[in-house]
Amino acid sequence: MFKILKYSFSDLIRSRWSYVYFVFYLLLGFVLLFLNNNVSKAIITLLNVIIVLTPLIGTIFGVMYYYNSREFTELLLAQPLQRKQIFMGQYLGVAISLSLSLVLGLGIPFVMYGIFQSAAIFDFGLLIVVGAFLNFIFVAISYNIALSNENKIKGFGYAILMWLLLAVIYDGVFLISLVVLNDYPLDKMALFATMFNPIDLSRILILLKLDISALLGYTGAVFKDFFGTNLGLVISLCMLTLWVLLPVWRINMKIKKKDF
Amino acid sequence: MIEIKNLHKSFNKLTVLDGLDLDFRSSGIFAILGPNGSGKTTLIKSILGMVVPEKGEILIDKVNILQQWTYRNDINYLPQIANFPSNLTVIELIKMVKNLRPKPASESELISTFELEPFLNKKLGNLSGGTKQKVNIVLTFMFDSNIIILDEPTTGLDPISLIRLKTIIQKEKDKGKTLLITTHIMSLVEEIADEIVFLLDGKIYFKGSIASLKEKTKENDLEHAIANLLQN
Repeated sequence: MFKILKYSFSDLIRSRWSYVYFVFYLLLGFVLLFLNNNVSKAIITLLNVIIVLTPLIGTIFGVMYYYNSREFTELLLAQPLQRKQIFMGQYLGVAISLSLSLVLGLGIPFVMYGIFQSAAIFDFGLLIVVGAFLNFIFVAISYNIALSNENKIKGFGYAILMWLLLAVIYDGVFLISLVVLNDYPLDKMALFATMFNPIDLSRILILLKLDISALLGYTGAVFKDFFGTNLGLVISLCMLTLWVLLPVWRINMKIKKKDF
Repeated sequence: MIEIKNLHKSFNKLTVLDGLDLDFRSSGIFAILGPNGSGKTTLIKSILGMVVPEKGEILIDKVNILQQWTYRNDINYLPQIANFPSNLTVIELIKMVKNLRPKPASESELISTFELEPFLNKKLGNLSGGTKQKVNIVLTFMFDSNIIILDEPTTGLDPISLIRLKTIIQKEKDKGKTLLITTHIMSLVEEIADEIVFLLDGKIYFKGSIASLKEKTKENDLEHAIANLLQN
């Protein structure tokens, strides 16, 4: 598996897009720190970017890499390698190289600014961890979509739709349901619904760590009770891990029966 | 030795292999023939484990190889269409494939046979179809394996390369290897094949030597014999 991982990884870090992505985060980090001149505020702005952008980039890269490396995959399938090793190697290659762009791109400006001396180091660390999680989650989901669709255009369409659903539509439906069901106690349901969307989960996890939950009103207090505690943090990270493991498990199920 | 028992495979509603039984007991060159869509490539890909059959068994040296992978170390495969990652150079690709297989490779002689030296540092995406096929041939024959599977090996080759390829195939046969070849070029079959396997509607329609096929169909020419087989 590590040989495949190595090839996919070196293939990707040689590609132009990885650099574009890396430079984008690098610039974003510098600009935010320069404009805000305050680490905590920069982190909040960054949160809004990361929460939407990493899933989108993860989705696009995942689908694109799968379709572009089909020939390479077929070459590998005729070699004495296990299918699982081939696909897990490729998946990890994509997810790790994207996460590396994120960690280095944001890490460099923040370290130069002096994040290690700042009290916000934990918040920043959490933001990076969550960003990396989102990469792993969305690359895995998009790999699932690509594996199930032979047609490139269809695969791309479904993948973007999936991103749109989780990043935008889910929130809308969530909000409407809160308004419609206003007469009922909703805190438990809201907490529950958050768990089923990795983007929402990541956003709230970080917002509450940043101690701006007062802005969220009553529900914020309930959420703070849950996410603010160490138990809440552990459960949330477990949920994110589950969000990685389930799609990865399905990839492994799917490739057992797939014809190439 | 390859034994295939009661192999079934369909794609959606299209049945491609329908209870196929076949064995290659001895070494030699076996030509797998049949009209387009008769299941030649599906059969080959099932042996390689790239296609997962619904029913049936494939045994190589009496071991069932379905869902296995180590056995592929003893198979060399030349795919039908030489599609390679376009941003790799020829030498990088050769090194990579060598690195993936735990056995020694001898590629330098093949590279000089096919005059590929000037292309070694060129990206695969920039090569012509014929040159890609030569790279494909080098990748296939650089390992010493008992089973060699060639899917349309002559695609895009110029006459000189074709002669060289035939020499290589003959050499491998003399070493006692089992070669499975699919092709539509009957002159090639007539020249090199020891036995013909004719696939039709997912089953074996004929298996035997060229002479026995000619005798059966009462034709003197292989092309006509095959056509005769199809018409009846």
